[in-house]
Amino acid sequence: MTLILQVEGVSKRFGGLQALMQVTFDLAQGHILGLIGPNGAGKTTLFNTINGVFTPDEGRIRFLGRDVTGAKPYDMARMGMARTHQIVRPLNELTVRENVMAGACFGHENQGLRQASIIADEVMSFAGLAARANQLAGSLNVAQKKRLEMARALAAHPKLLLLDEVLAGLTPSEIDGMVKTILEIRSQGVTIIMIEHVMKAIMNVSDRIFVLEYGMQIAEGKPEDVVRNPKVVEAYLGDPQMAKRLMEEG
Amino acid sequence: MSQWKNLGLWLALAMVVLLGFWPIFSRDASGREAAFTILLAIVMASSLNIVMGYTGYVSFGHVVFYGLGGYVGMYALSALGWPLPLAVLAGGAGSATLAFLLGKAILRLRGSYFALATIGVNEAARTFVANFAPFGAATGIELQFSIYKPYGGAMQALWLTYYAVVAIAIFAVLFSFLIKNSKFGLGLMSIREDEDAAEVLGIVTPNAKTMAFVLSAILPGMIGTLFFFKNGNVEPGDAFRLGFSIESLVMIMLGGQGTVLGPVLGALGYQRLRTTLLTSDISIGSLPLKDFQLVISGVLMLLIILFIPGGLVGWLRQRFPSLRRVLA
Amino acid sequence: MDLGSLTTSLIDGLLIGVVYGIAAMGLNLIWGVMRVINLAHGAVIALGMFGVYLLFSVMGINPYLALGLVAILGLLLGIVIYYLTIGNMVNAPHLSTLLATFSINMVIIGLGTAAFSTSPRDSGFSLGTAELGFMKLQNTRLVAALITLLVTSALYFFLYRTRPGKYIRAVSNNRAAAELMGIPASRILALSFGIGTMLAAIAGGLIATFFSFTILSGEVYQQKSFVIGVLGGLGNPLGALLGGLILGALEGLLPLAMPNTWVPVIEFILFVIILLVKPSGLLGGKK
Repeated sequence: MTLILQVEGVSKRFGGLQALMQVTFDLAQGHILGLIGPNGAGKTTLFNTINGVFTPDEGRIRFLGRDVTGAKPYDMARMGMARTHQIVRPLNELTVRENVMAGACFGHENQGLRQASIIADEVMSFAGLAARANQLAGSLNVAQKKRLEMARALAAHPKLLLLDEVLAGLTPSEIDGMVKTILEIRSQGVTIIMIEHVMKAIMNVSDRIFVLEYGMQIAEGKPEDVVRNPKVVEAYLGDPQMAKRLMEEG
Repeated sequence: MSQWKNLGLWLALAMVVLLGFWPIFSRDASGREAAFTILLAIVMASSLNIVMGYTGYVSFGHVVFYGLGGYVGMYALSALGWPLPLAVLAGGAGSATLAFLLGKAILRLRGSYFALATIGVNEAARTFVANFAPFGAATGIELQFSIYKPYGGAMQALWLTYYAVVAIAIFAVLFSFLIKNSKFGLGLMSIREDEDAAEVLGIVTPNAKTMAFVLSAILPGMIGTLFFFKNGNVEPGDAFRLGFSIESLVMIMLGGQGTVLGPVLGALGYQRLRTTLLTSDISIGSLPLKDFQLVISGVLMLLIILFIPGGLVGWLRQRFPSLRRVLA
Repeated sequence: MDLGSLTTSLIDGLLIGVVYGIAAMGLNLIWGVMRVINLAHGAVIALGMFGVYLLFSVMGINPYLALGLVAILGLLLGIVIYYLTIGNMVNAPHLSTLLATFSINMVIIGLGTAAFSTSPRDSGFSLGTAELGFMKLQNTRLVAALITLLVTSALYFFLYRTRPGKYIRAVSNNRAAAELMGIPASRILALSFGIGTMLAAIAGGLIATFFSFTILSGEVYQQKSFVIGVLGGLGNPLGALLGGLILGALEGLLPLAMPNTWVPVIEFILFVIILLVKPSGLLGGKK
């Protein structure tokens, strides 16, 4: 089992706020890791730190065996890491096609324009955006922008994909569809870390779950174990009975 | 490649070619001078567009490349005795080097901070050159009249310089187009849209921005040398005229930033406006209309920013979406 | 050179620096409240200079009285500029507001050049010199520094003790929240812009009492305001004053070591270095 990502003792502080405290975990290749925790727990900060947007104050990050602590986001991308943002960031004045091509051009495959365009066609149909290929990204609605965000990340054929709340705001059937998509992406060999609040979905799709609260990890393990962990329940709900009911509703 | 079906490119090229070749066929010296000024403006606007329109970094100091390139070229001509073609290349290389060094210093600044830094660049460059002995300090560099002899005399030299500028202007349009449709250009435009997202996508932003800056500096440096060669001398005040930077900005905004055709249209339109003002008989109070050039430019720019921020080309693309793909 | 002239140069520089501080405060306030860099700042400074100059030379009004009128006009002008430009550009990208204020700058300078030409003006106003020990200082500069301190105190009182001032601080802190609480954000922003330009006009007026100037001089002081802004922290009024003092001191002392003409280059280099090292300025303040 190869470890694609190793996070060791990572801490990050912003002024008076300790956003991350000694976060440590390993991620095996081909796994789906679900990252959960109450709002403000530091999940997106952790993503930003893994992705190179922030440099950890303490600790090390190893990606594909290489120490990438302090590397910049473009270094990460060029090694094969891609991510989506919680609040989507489309390149507004560029077309959907150009957005997706950018993913292919500047990711680790470093494609030329022609090949990137071919990849873009594939990914756009996969994401259901083919009909809007020549529309300006800024003119899409929020759901379409989310798909664009995902398509752009996929076009890079990443080895590690960081998904930040891709299920937010979707209807139950859309969630099912997206979960299927995520499983399909994984079957193509991509390792995934997902931040999610939709408990049912993330519990069912993840191989392992990692729980953050106030920047610290309070639980890590298989979904069915984590959900029974009293610390987790308390962090979210304060009521152990709720957890049981959640799992049963699944 | 289908991108060559771009109407905007061919229109722009056609305009530059027509404008450039007309005085050559008519052998008209005053027409040549007028065209020369417009072609200069086209090169300045197109090159600034690489940094401003494609990369999204507003620069108020673009004239610095023109001025410094001009100085380097003039130095090569007078002190080193280089032939004109070599001097022109030296001018381009000189401003490219300046862009590289300057870029390393200020491209780390984002958006407004970068723009602020570029405001002071012009003044700093002017002051520096005015104190720099090898460049003639405050008096500048003056060419001996005999320098025109190898080119067949002053008259011939004027025409030769003109041919060179026409060639460079045509190249500037092509260059602009090639960049826009390249992978590099896609990177620049991604930076413009969202620099942080661009980094996450894998674009090495510091390098891309520096390259854009350097590329935008080469052609101004070359035409700077040509202009001052024609002029016979260069002084700090002439080389670093802040107004030139401002005009380039207005031209880009007018025509449409981020497009190939925009700066060309903007340059043509602006120069037309300028000529109209200069030759107008209208006076406001006791002052001729030409004194109000800056005021009119300012009002124009404000109106554009408020109502058609995409300039003329931007407005056309919005109004007629079918034109969007073809008018870039 | 002797200690006397060194100290005189330093004190001189500090006195002028205080006036620079007021100019920078105007720029800082606008940046702090609405995240806009007012590129018409220099033009308004120039108008302030001409205002006081004209009222004094042509109409014989005492410059310090004229300053009051110029301040009010500066306030009104700022409000007009706000509504012409930024008021219509609520969600525009930052660079649009930059270019918008820049076009106003062009218009003002263009009109000013047409009206006044670029020949230098000197108000020729003098209050004599004061002799303090071994130093001889211009009284006009002492008075200017004094007025600056008065204006600064008034500004602080306004911002912290009056309701409009509190509204301004609220809007600059969190516009959306302020609006939800019933504060008319647009009018407050216009007022803030007006106060910013008022400070610029006052600075210009004071400078006119001891320096000669042209319509283009405002640009120079705008540049200094930027340098001070990053020295003292954009968004921090007290920082502006401190930054002004530092710059003034530098300007007073540098010419003793190098030709005067190098000062703009040094200032520019300083400006870039600070922006690179600490974009929020030496004293922090809002970014």
